[in-house]
Amino acid sequence: MFAEYLQHLIYGYYPYLAGTVFLVGSLLRFDHGQYTWKTGSSQMLSSKHMRLASNLFHIGIIVIFFGHLFGMLTPHWVYAPFLSPGTKQILAIVIGGIAGVLCIVGGAMLLYRRLFNPRVRASSGFMDTLILAILVFQAGLGLVTVFFSLGHLDGEMMLTLASWAQAIVFFGGGAADYMTEVSWIYKLHIFLGLTIILLFPFTRLVHVWSAPLGYVTRRYQLVRKRG
Amino acid sequence: MSHFIDRLNFFRRAREPFANEHGEMREEARGWEDGYRQRWQHDKVVRSTHGVNCTGSCSWKIYVKNGLVTWETQQTDYPRTRPDLPNHEPRGCPRGASYSWYIYSANRLKYPLIRKPLLTLWRDALETHGDPVEAWASIVEDPEKTRQYKRARGMGGFVRAGWDELNELVAASNVYTAKQYGPDRIIGFSPIPAMSMVSYAAGSRYLSLIGGVCMSFYDWYCDLPPASPMTWGEQTDVPESADWYNSGYIIAWGSNVPQTRTPDAHFFTEVRYKGTKTVSITPDYAEVSKLTDEWLSAKQGTDAALGIAMGHVILKEFHLDKPSAYFTDYVRRYTDMPCLVELEYREDGSYAPGRQLRASDFADNLGQDNNPEWKTLAWDETRDQLVVPRGSIGFRWGEQEGNQGKWNLEPLDADGTEIRPLLSFVEQHDTIAKVAFPYFGGLKHQHFAHVENDGASDELLFHSLPVKRLKKADGSEVLAVTVFDLMCANYGIDRGLGEDDGATAYDQVKPYTPAWQEKITGVPAEQCARIAREFADNAHKTRGRSMIIVGAGMNHWYHMDMNYRGLINMLVMCGCIGQSGGGWAHYVGQEKLRPQTGWLPLAFGLDWTRPPRHMNSTSFFYNHSSQWRYEKLEIKEILSPLANPADYQGSLIDFNVRAERMGWLPSAPQLDTNPLRLAEAAKSAGMSTADYVVDQLKCGDLRFAAEDPDNPRNFPRNLFIWRSNLLGSSGKGHEYMLKYLLGTRHGIQGKDLGEDGRQKPEEVEWHETAPEGKLDLLVTLDFRMSTTCLYSDVVLPTATWYEKDDLNTSDMHPFIHPLTAATDPAWESRSDWDIYKGIARAFSNVCQGHLGVETDLVTLPHQHDSPAELAQVEVKDWKKGECEPVPGKTMPNLIEIQRDYPATYERFTSLGPALERLGNGGKGISWNTDKEVELLGKLNYRKTEGPAKGRPCIESAIDAAETILTLAPETNGQVAVKAWGALSTITGREHAHLAHPKEEEKIRFRDIVAQPRKIISSPTWSGLEDEHVSYNAGYTNVHELIPWRTVSGRQQFYQDHPWMRAFGESLLVYRPPIDTKAVASIAAPKGNGNPEIALNWITPHQKWGIHSTYSDNQLMQTLSRGGPIVWLSEEDARSIGVEDNDWIELYNANGAIAARAVVSQRVKNGMVMMYHAQERILNMPGSEITGTRGGIHNSVTRVCPKPTHMIGGYAQLAYSFNYYGTVGSNRDEFVIVRKMRHIDWLDGEGNDYEQEAVK
Repeated sequence: MFAEYLQHLIYGYYPYLAGTVFLVGSLLRFDHGQYTWKTGSSQMLSSKHMRLASNLFHIGIIVIFFGHLFGMLTPHWVYAPFLSPGTKQILAIVIGGIAGVLCIVGGAMLLYRRLFNPRVRASSGFMDTLILAILVFQAGLGLVTVFFSLGHLDGEMMLTLASWAQAIVFFGGGAADYMTEVSWIYKLHIFLGLTIILLFPFTRLVHVWSAPLGYVTRRYQLVRKRG
Repeated sequence: MSHFIDRLNFFRRAREPFANEHGEMREEARGWEDGYRQRWQHDKVVRSTHGVNCTGSCSWKIYVKNGLVTWETQQTDYPRTRPDLPNHEPRGCPRGASYSWYIYSANRLKYPLIRKPLLTLWRDALETHGDPVEAWASIVEDPEKTRQYKRARGMGGFVRAGWDELNELVAASNVYTAKQYGPDRIIGFSPIPAMSMVSYAAGSRYLSLIGGVCMSFYDWYCDLPPASPMTWGEQTDVPESADWYNSGYIIAWGSNVPQTRTPDAHFFTEVRYKGTKTVSITPDYAEVSKLTDEWLSAKQGTDAALGIAMGHVILKEFHLDKPSAYFTDYVRRYTDMPCLVELEYREDGSYAPGRQLRASDFADNLGQDNNPEWKTLAWDETRDQLVVPRGSIGFRWGEQEGNQGKWNLEPLDADGTEIRPLLSFVEQHDTIAKVAFPYFGGLKHQHFAHVENDGASDELLFHSLPVKRLKKADGSEVLAVTVFDLMCANYGIDRGLGEDDGATAYDQVKPYTPAWQEKITGVPAEQCARIAREFADNAHKTRGRSMIIVGAGMNHWYHMDMNYRGLINMLVMCGCIGQSGGGWAHYVGQEKLRPQTGWLPLAFGLDWTRPPRHMNSTSFFYNHSSQWRYEKLEIKEILSPLANPADYQGSLIDFNVRAERMGWLPSAPQLDTNPLRLAEAAKSAGMSTADYVVDQLKCGDLRFAAEDPDNPRNFPRNLFIWRSNLLGSSGKGHEYMLKYLLGTRHGIQGKDLGEDGRQKPEEVEWHETAPEGKLDLLVTLDFRMSTTCLYSDVVLPTATWYEKDDLNTSDMHPFIHPLTAATDPAWESRSDWDIYKGIARAFSNVCQGHLGVETDLVTLPHQHDSPAELAQVEVKDWKKGECEPVPGKTMPNLIEIQRDYPATYERFTSLGPALERLGNGGKGISWNTDKEVELLGKLNYRKTEGPAKGRPCIESAIDAAETILTLAPETNGQVAVKAWGALSTITGREHAHLAHPKEEEKIRFRDIVAQPRKIISSPTWSGLEDEHVSYNAGYTNVHELIPWRTVSGRQQFYQDHPWMRAFGESLLVYRPPIDTKAVASIAAPKGNGNPEIALNWITPHQKWGIHSTYSDNQLMQTLSRGGPIVWLSEEDARSIGVEDNDWIELYNANGAIAARAVVSQRVKNGMVMMYHAQERILNMPGSEITGTRGGIHNSVTRVCPKPTHMIGGYAQLAYSFNYYGTVGSNRDEFVIVRKMRHIDWLDGEGNDYEQEAVK
């Protein structure tokens, strides 16, 4: 009984709580904390191995992010004609696995630096360290799920989880029910993922919103209209 | 409204392209721009300046926003100059512009701090004893307890405490010390009052009221050029920088004008547009070198050789071969060149120059009853007879009423007959005498070239001089020469009068020709002769408009007097002194305190008690930080070959002790007993205090404290440091101070005389183990956490220069302007005035029951500009039985003073009655000042109750400033008229016309807040503030015929004091640097495998700071390298495998320094340069040698005083505070340089690393 309650709470309502905090929190921070809207880079304090670690981490995490985004939220019928669930799962395991390794190696290096480089450590906030630690741990969890997935290569579990995600995002209702049969490892991974979304506006992750995509379309010279 | 919503502009055409799609105009929120706009908005602008030890004295605009100082910019409203003279602005430099960074930086001191072990001890003691003084006694009388907090000095551990608590602690310590050991064991060090006069006066007034000691700084910094008082009887007086513009030829000799005189450098540039030639003389390619037309790169420390060779050219061409009428007339009137000197017979048949002849040498004192032994003589060309010219120092003091008024430079003799003093006996000599002169240029030195004399002797030069035979009063015959003839011989000119070691041509390598100097300085002979000729020729054509700007570097050598007299002589011989656009421009660390005579009563409590206790810091620190225990320089190394070594036995400290005993130099602590107990002891012995003390001294029961500095009775117990970073900047022998004064960790690498088995001093008690940690309490006031603060027991946070009211003047410009509080002192800081007021109040409370009205006995040395400067025509030591001890004559004067200790606070905050009783004055003149006191009573109101009832108040810093401004002739026209009038009585000439036009002018504090004001001419100074002439030193001597304050009353080339002759400096000579043996005497060399080289240690003024201030400022560090740096030449660096930015270590017997290497072509081989006073608190790794953190530039130095600077009671060679006395030279030092191996930050933060070994 309590297990069911918890299941609904975490996989039925918590996603909306996290999502709301994520959106409203980001908005408020953008409006009221403009000077806190930054990557908070510490490269100036120590650039040793930064190029390698930061690139590994960012490339890995961006691939993972888009992998999850499209992998989870694309309805099955869109790719069913040319991609069997099994193949899609293999694809996800290979690409996700590689990206996961990149992310975890880069992340671990960054985490080590953040904890043991005295200058970086001295200038780190609690949230800076926490979010990095969670991300690295989450990437590790993700990699562990690969081994579970290797046990059932038919892609069914993947479809179940995608259904859950789509039920949440597209307001399908009854999302928590999809999670009944899911292994604890996926549950933990998802819970942590939702928590990251929840924490997002309180951390330096807000810089994700400001990915400088505008550069792609901007012209060389910019002038602003008199205010 | 919302940054987010503002960006939702999908339905607007927000991006309008232009320029063929190359650009676009955007419509987007621009609110973020306000952030930048607001950065430059402010609420108000306030006038202040930087009270840093810098001659700049620039007025600044301080911008305040939301109650915080935001930034500063230069003021541009200096009063105008006159037509054809550029204006003073812009004045300022990047250092000053970075100041506001300090106020809110992490370095700012925000709360009163004390080291925790001491606070714990204090609180426990106070709980046990109740009475603060007893509580303090219980701590300092227990060695176990004192060790606890003394060992912790410099090791961190500060905690906050309240003002009241710390005031009580400091006051209790002072009361205990005064009661137990004497108030002269309470010492205060603060430099350069001109920079913030009221702040200086706050501490010195407190100390003077309780009988504490104020320490000198100008001599200690080695910025005092003793050559100036020697030549002129004047501490230092120089032209304002605007006068550079009137010059026709400028030599910047060791002065890096654009770097260290930044706000004034524009005059240097501007005058070049008029066609003035500029020349620089610096060993390195300094910033000034690239600014000048020609650069002479003389080897460091050999400037005297260059100066004497240039003098050789000038004398030969412009005084002998083709005399310049202007020069001849000038030296006849204004120098001692016509004065007669007696020749002393030597056993080898030659003669040595002796003392200048005096009226007392001849029958009937030549009609002079008053001071005949102080009246110099000349030969009158017109009447062909001996005459007593007016103006010598004998005429200054003690003349009867009717006979006064002959102390002037009119060409008259004592009786009023016109005279024409003869310069040379060459045309009318009685005979030719062979005269011996000392020669030091042949001394061998490991690092400096020498030139052997190929004459009869290695160390003596013989010249043939024309002499006159005269009969003395005792009937004996004496040979007399003129100083002019002595000078020609001394400069090595063979005049063809007989056998002579002199030269007849410039290309002879004989002392002191241009060719000779080339061997020593490396400057081409042709260039030396040409520059000398150009310099003199310009002076000849323009009547003295040739100028030499001098920097500190030249003055920091042990034989600085020779460097300085070398160029001073050139200027005097060319008639440049006292002429607009000409003269000696020594801009080093004196920062003229223009309203000095108004400031003195405030600063030293002269309105209540006189005299104050002063001490010359060099002797003090040499003595009390046990630097003398390591002295390796022996007297015989610096004695003249003409002197008898048997007459000059002992070591340097012995000479200093003798000087103190004879009343030449001051003492502090003074006697080896508590001076508050002497009056009582005398009374019970039934004698007057002075008689009692003389009696006790004579029988040896009482001694001078200096004779036993290691006896606990004679320790300096309390030390206040304010406005200074003594331990991070000027503290020569830094490591010795740490060990002996503070008793904490240090880096000394040498052995003392005991360990070394060397000859011990004669006059000083030797203790096998020297005491460490002599100071019971070190209190520092500062606004930033300086090195000195780190080593202090109590640190009191002061207001910054933008948070207090004060006054500021400089020698570089004629204005007085204020510091004013732009904001209240931040956090818990207070102004210096308020801090000392608080301590004075606590003192008055705490002393109850311990000190009441007490009789103090002050020992006062023979003061310059007082009748006592004529105390000793001969050198006689009473202790050796050569004469009787007579206070004020053969020993220091002994003066009783009544101190009302409980009234200290009331006296501190009011103007005392001694001003009406004794008047005010300075430099040998005084005047009635009743009217000014009356005015102050109205301006500041009067005390309504208490022990100072009815006296004018000095409650606030502004009250104090008004006191200074009202009492000083420079800022109160009526006082100026009185002052000039007072001088007229002695000179017999009318001077008041110089002040009459400004008689009704009174400059008040609010006036200068509105705009800087030009000061009023006063006899305190030798130049004029005038519509027609820029301020120039010696101007009133030349144009108002006021004598210089020397023996002859004229510019003194010849120094005839027995010690000056014995140490070979009666005339200019070249002397190579001394050997301090600091490199040779390291106890145990600790190699690290890398090659080493010994280099000369040069510590010039820096580019990224003013002394240590700004050197820890982030903005300045960003412009520099962000930590300690040392400059090396490329070749020297290569020889020890050092590359730019390597960590290197520099060490010798005195200690060690770690720094980064700057390898540059700019530096001369053989020297290593560290811009001085880089704070040791910044980016400084541990030293491999000492195992402790890096060190400051003074970690490798040790003071080495010079006996000739100890002379006193002899006219211009007489002590005055910051005026004459021993100086702390440090340029003769050598260090061993090598690349470091282990870079250990001693902080465990994981940044330690190894530097690759040199292959």
